[in-house]
Amino acid sequence: DTDSNADSEEESMSEGEMERLKEEVEEKKKIIATMRNKPWRMKRRECQAFVDKFEGALGKGKGKKFYAYKVMMTKKWIKFQRDFENFKTTCIPWERKIKEVESHFGSSVASYFIFLRWMYGMNMVLFGLTFGLVVIPEVLMGLPYGSIPRKTVPRAEQATAQDYSVLMDFNGYCKYSVLFYGYYNNQRTIGLLKFRLPLSYLMVGVGTFGYSLMVVIRTMAKNADVGGGDGDEGEFTFSWKMFTSWDYLIGNAETADNKYASITTSFKESIVDEQENQKDENIHLRRFLRVLANLMIICCLGGSGYLIFFVVKRSQEFANRDDLSWYEKNELELIMSLLGLVCPPLFETIAELEEYHPRIALKWQLGRIFALFLGNLYTFLFALFDEVNNKLEEEKSIRNASIWALKEYYANFTLHNNDSEATAPPIDPADVIRGPCWETAVGIEFVKLTVSDIQVTYLTILIGDFARAVIVRFLNYCWCWDLEATYPSYGEFDISGNVLGLVFNQGMIWMGAFYAPGLVGINVLRLLSSMYYQCWAVMATNVPHERVFKASKSNNFYMGLLLLILFLSLLPVVYTIMTLPPSFDCGPFSGKAKMFDVIMETIDLDLPAFLGTLFSYAANPGLIIPAVLLMVGDNEQYQHMSAVPVCFCVDEVSAKWHHAYSPVTPVT
Amino acid sequence: MFYNPYIVFFSCNHPSSTFFPLSRLFYRYRDLAPQLVPLDYTGQPDVRLPYELIGSMPELKDNPFRQRIAEVFSEDGEGNMTLDDFLDMFSVLSEMAPRDLKAYYAFKIYDFNNDDFLCKSDLEKTLNKLTRNELTEEEVRMVCDKVIDEADLDNDGRLSLEDFQHMIVRAPDFLSTFHIRI
Repeated sequence: DTDSNADSEEESMSEGEMERLKEEVEEKKKIIATMRNKPWRMKRRECQAFVDKFEGALGKGKGKKFYAYKVMMTKKWIKFQRDFENFKTTCIPWERKIKEVESHFGSSVASYFIFLRWMYGMNMVLFGLTFGLVVIPEVLMGLPYGSIPRKTVPRAEQATAQDYSVLMDFNGYCKYSVLFYGYYNNQRTIGLLKFRLPLSYLMVGVGTFGYSLMVVIRTMAKNADVGGGDGDEGEFTFSWKMFTSWDYLIGNAETADNKYASITTSFKESIVDEQENQKDENIHLRRFLRVLANLMIICCLGGSGYLIFFVVKRSQEFANRDDLSWYEKNELELIMSLLGLVCPPLFETIAELEEYHPRIALKWQLGRIFALFLGNLYTFLFALFDEVNNKLEEEKSIRNASIWALKEYYANFTLHNNDSEATAPPIDPADVIRGPCWETAVGIEFVKLTVSDIQVTYLTILIGDFARAVIVRFLNYCWCWDLEATYPSYGEFDISGNVLGLVFNQGMIWMGAFYAPGLVGINVLRLLSSMYYQCWAVMATNVPHERVFKASKSNNFYMGLLLLILFLSLLPVVYTIMTLPPSFDCGPFSGKAKMFDVIMETIDLDLPAFLGTLFSYAANPGLIIPAVLLMVGDNEQYQHMSAVPVCFCVDEVSAKWHHAYSPVTPVT
Repeated sequence: MFYNPYIVFFSCNHPSSTFFPLSRLFYRYRDLAPQLVPLDYTGQPDVRLPYELIGSMPELKDNPFRQRIAEVFSEDGEGNMTLDDFLDMFSVLSEMAPRDLKAYYAFKIYDFNNDDFLCKSDLEKTLNKLTRNELTEEEVRMVCDKVIDEADLDNDGRLSLEDFQHMIVRAPDFLSTFHIRI
């Protein structure tokens, strides 16, 4: 690095001096090249000779202060860069927590938390979009509560609107608040700024999907770029682990403890990988067993699918009867929960026949439970669409009824008022006959589902993990067999269950966010509290898996599942925007024939005339199909390009492993 | 110590000034035992700080290899360090030291029996220090076999300096982990 110092000096000196310096640098290089290969301590005589020879560079004579200043600045710059890197790493939220989990439980468990953090980031952006562009404008610039029918609790419900049980069901005051679609007014522009709320609502709804799609694909591209292979295919895996894993910068006992744990875990993971490679057994037997296992599982899935179908049919029949027992009323939920509880452990047991590497076995397990949960999803959507169709029918009759009631009201008024000049005061908003507002009903269903999902997850952790750990720990003193070593022992962290829970939950959010803008906010709170709660639960009540295995280098498997769910949740929303008529008296699209008419209206009224004709030409299928194909082609290419780094990136985390620990602070 | 002119400069007993970071190192050395280390080093006093003082420095106290580090850099091989040894140690472990130099000293640190080869027992000791004896014997044996498998180029069942250097210069993390900041 003396060379680099000499180089920087060159720029500020004259030609002659540069030549002289170049010569000196060459000589220095030669000496250093020879000395480099023989590390030995120099005695004082040789020191003196060295110093005399390189007076200028070492600080004697002219240029001493300037040169030393330059070197000091270079050092400060290097230090600043290092500190900035450390600062950037400390800015990543929950980094320390996740490192701690990783050091004790391995990278596969930590990958769940990294995924959770990534989801939190994405949901924060969606929250910002929704609240900033939809909720806040309506609250600030729209009409207040109680001014128009859609924003007021109907007279009949006002008595119970504040009851806790009603609020928990998201009726009462909850239903007529910014949380749900029905609250929003269909005024084309609101406030001084002429903010176009209906257009914004539609754009945010579509933009949510667009942004999520972009972020998921970008993360997948980035992961695929950075060595997305499974397992560590280094030439010197074990050697490097042995000689470069201890971070000499560690000067804190707790950090050192974590580091010992993580090194041990890391070695164990690599040992598992190595043992898998060394296994060589009867290939034919293994193949046969795997085919057998897959057949059994397909039978299970088919059976559960049919069971769900059968139960849904029965529940439709039950809806028409009144004399139902408790079991019959809750049959659908019971069967679904039972399937959700029984099938995953069943799949795990069958999967033991297959003898896959734990990482691969996890993927198969995830795929199978995913297929099972799709059945749940199908049921839910089926029931929902039934309800929507019923409400649409109801709406037709109510719409006629409300128009008729209004005419009646005015007729009565002129009848009872002798003064024919006076106009009737408007009907109190609470008394107006309301339509069924199917969008709000759908929104309520999604919010209820999300909330009950949160409750079930938290309760499961509390009982299944925490209570179990407490019982095992304290009952062990007075029990016949060793509770800790054998059954039931402490729980292991269920990676597949949690990841799928997260993915499906996000699917629900995507589907429901269009009908209940407040849902994204609820989800952000849920993810935030989940992070802390689950981190605590894992450290306090779980034990590491018996066979600790390394997560695959990329999170692309989870991302792939997420992408699939994204497309599945896109379809119902697009269908409703394109086909179903919006309610006539609630929501930002009331009064229109279809929801996307808002865009047509905006193009006609707000944009210059020529753009309107341009759009009508562009809507030609002959242009759209090639454009779509081009975009798909672009994405394929994108997968191979390096992408802009996303904040919450798996690989950055693993690469900055050492720098997460605090550098030793000097004593002086 | 030759690569950094400041270290050379200082150890030749030129008067120190506030620029040169070495005065800081000297004061750290002195702070370990002020009654043993004189302020004036012009008389070349023969002062050796015992290993216990070195090993309790905050930068070293959590390092599983601190004893070996002290032994490698000390003149007497027991871990008792003179000022020169101390400066050597922190020079080699600083950011500025070249990779080859670090590799050479890393090899010496991990060579527990000082026979200029990393044999199986050296590897086992290293591994046990790294994992605080948490791995089973079977696992330790397996890892050591794999390491020799991977890095031993001349097939003599142990790692020579060349084998070690060949392996370590390719390691992406070596420079950043084999680094102490003081």
